[in-house]
Amino acid sequence: MAEVRLDNVCKSFGATRAVNGITMTIPDGAFVVLLGPTGAGKTTTLRLISGLEKPDEGGIHIAGRKVNDEMPAQRDVAMVFQQYSLYPHLSVRDNLAFPLRSPILKTPEDVIERKVRDIAELLQIPHKLDNKATELSGGEMQRVSIGRALVRDPSIYLMDEPLSSLDAKLRADLRVELKRIQSDLGATLLYVTHDQIEAMTMATHVGVLTNGRLAQFGTPREIYENPCSAYVATRLGLPRINLLPVGLFGEEAPAGAARIGLRPEHIVTGEGRQAQVTRVEHLGDQTRLHLVMADHHIVTLADPRALPSIGSVVRIRPRKPYFFDASGARVA
Amino acid sequence: MAEIVIKNLRKDFGDFTAVRESTFTIGDGEFFMLLGPSGCGKTTTLRMIAGLELPSSGAIYLDGEEISQKPPSERDIAFVFQMFALYPHMNVRRNISYPLISQGMPRARIKAKVAEVSTILGIEDILDRPVGGLSGGDRQRVALGRAIVREPKAFMMDEPLGALDAEFRERMAEELRALHDRMGATTVYVTHDQLEAMQMGDKIVVMNNAVVEQFGTPREIYDKPATMFVADFIGSPSMNFLPFEGSVAPGDRTVTLDGQTMPVPELRDGAKGRLAFGVRPENIALGDASAYRARVLATEYLGTTQIVTLDSPNGEIKARIGAGRTVRVGEAVGLDFRAETVTLFHEGTGRALRSALNEKASDG
Repeated sequence: MAEVRLDNVCKSFGATRAVNGITMTIPDGAFVVLLGPTGAGKTTTLRLISGLEKPDEGGIHIAGRKVNDEMPAQRDVAMVFQQYSLYPHLSVRDNLAFPLRSPILKTPEDVIERKVRDIAELLQIPHKLDNKATELSGGEMQRVSIGRALVRDPSIYLMDEPLSSLDAKLRADLRVELKRIQSDLGATLLYVTHDQIEAMTMATHVGVLTNGRLAQFGTPREIYENPCSAYVATRLGLPRINLLPVGLFGEEAPAGAARIGLRPEHIVTGEGRQAQVTRVEHLGDQTRLHLVMADHHIVTLADPRALPSIGSVVRIRPRKPYFFDASGARVA
Repeated sequence: MAEIVIKNLRKDFGDFTAVRESTFTIGDGEFFMLLGPSGCGKTTTLRMIAGLELPSSGAIYLDGEEISQKPPSERDIAFVFQMFALYPHMNVRRNISYPLISQGMPRARIKAKVAEVSTILGIEDILDRPVGGLSGGDRQRVALGRAIVREPKAFMMDEPLGALDAEFRERMAEELRALHDRMGATTVYVTHDQLEAMQMGDKIVVMNNAVVEQFGTPREIYDKPATMFVADFIGSPSMNFLPFEGSVAPGDRTVTLDGQTMPVPELRDGAKGRLAFGVRPENIALGDASAYRARVLATEYLGTTQIVTLDSPNGEIKARIGAGRTVRVGEAVGLDFRAETVTLFHEGTGRALRSALNEKASDG
């Protein structure tokens, strides 16, 4: 496994700047998740590293070697796509062995057999090895396609939303599994998603992308607890952070602050200004309170055992909130 | 608007039973969710209410009138399909007014109605635009507008947000719910997404294998599941089931798990054999004082909370605790279960045992 470094990488498609000066280091053995909405440049970044796209500017380094001019096959990366693309006529065993049988690698057959078995154990599908790929469930097929990347020992694994086509339960299981596999193997992994839960639960480092730029890079906890901008603050956390004009609570604000950011843990109830309860949502693990205060909509969490009724008035005040300036940059 | 009563509704397709003796009531003005995995019969139920399928037996009452054998056009129900189904060659105004034009409504009234609906939906500015160039959200609003403009007694929606990406879905779900709160129209909504059902619904019917498993408010269904299927399907992560061999009797207030006495809500039912101790992840606390020990297998950080996967004497379980506590993989911890939230299940039947917790819960 290896460190991967991007140095001011840019890529345009016609007039669209898909990737706009990204500088980032993926440390050896790290699980880095690039998080962003559709069109933020996540997949393009992944394709630039794999060699499926060539950068217009900037350098891409894998294990200290500049790879800009190398072909995908020379870069020693393994990629997993969103849609599992298995060879339907081959068995699970042959699908997993396929990358190792590539003429470049010249892997001996006994080594292939051992590796395939190890990976099947890791993915908990050893009993399926002799099944045709088409005889598997969706979750199993996606595990095989992840396995097909894992049988190789590349510098880095690149994964493009590999769990997004699976149903919620399976996705939750595979999240835990993928993180375990990555840490067992000590693998370097770059993973692209728009799902904040995946980013928070699996990553050692999260890169938040917007409009082709890297807005912030850090551990999930750093990004959640110490966002550098209003944009980043909205990316993590459910319910989403409340962004409100400064002064709504008569609070003291630092110079330049235009907006205040309140996560549920930044809202104290029972004191402060009045807000009206408009809706209560029982989501089970959390109970959300929708409030209106001077025409502003605020969502916070409530203790389901002590709920205010709809239409009633509660008092709230901020506690250690974030402050952002007019451009959205964090000022305190 | 309208109350819809479903009585012993059944639908067979040849040898296959899609819906088996369903009975439930959709209250006037409710946002009502039909929830379940694919193939459970929820869409067939919706289609029978709308008149797109005729039931094999049973009855459907709309405001007291039996309608189960009437054609869709006589039911005064609007069906909103997977949205985005607009007439591509017409502009927004024509798309919305189309149902009224085909009813032969006078032009002046149509104009007034379209104006009213477009204000409700906030799309006054795009009325003269072709639908081809609209954003996903606007297309969706137009599709809704076309359903609302007829002022039907009730709306049927079949996974209207299914095809959208997560962020957009979240926003549209809020918008739909707010729209419903303004209009107060009875709405029946089919989804397989438990979070969507919990978030938007006043009432939920959970279906599985053609059968209504449970019927109630989101809170009842979450806190007092009637079956293991419901307990597992609702919630993420879902309820933990700690299997144990035991024998319990009405009046019991404890069970024994791995030699430890665990308090539970006072039982009303007795049972013997393979039982399951059901506890939600957020009702498990990590406490060093507890003699019930487990080992940490994994942690997942979620900002406000974290999910801890544990290896317990009764198998793998998940706890949701505050993100502030540091938990290390491999660490041994004690577990406390919040006794008043525990549901016991009989593994053979999959049904919850009645107890002080759930005796008043309504079900199927």
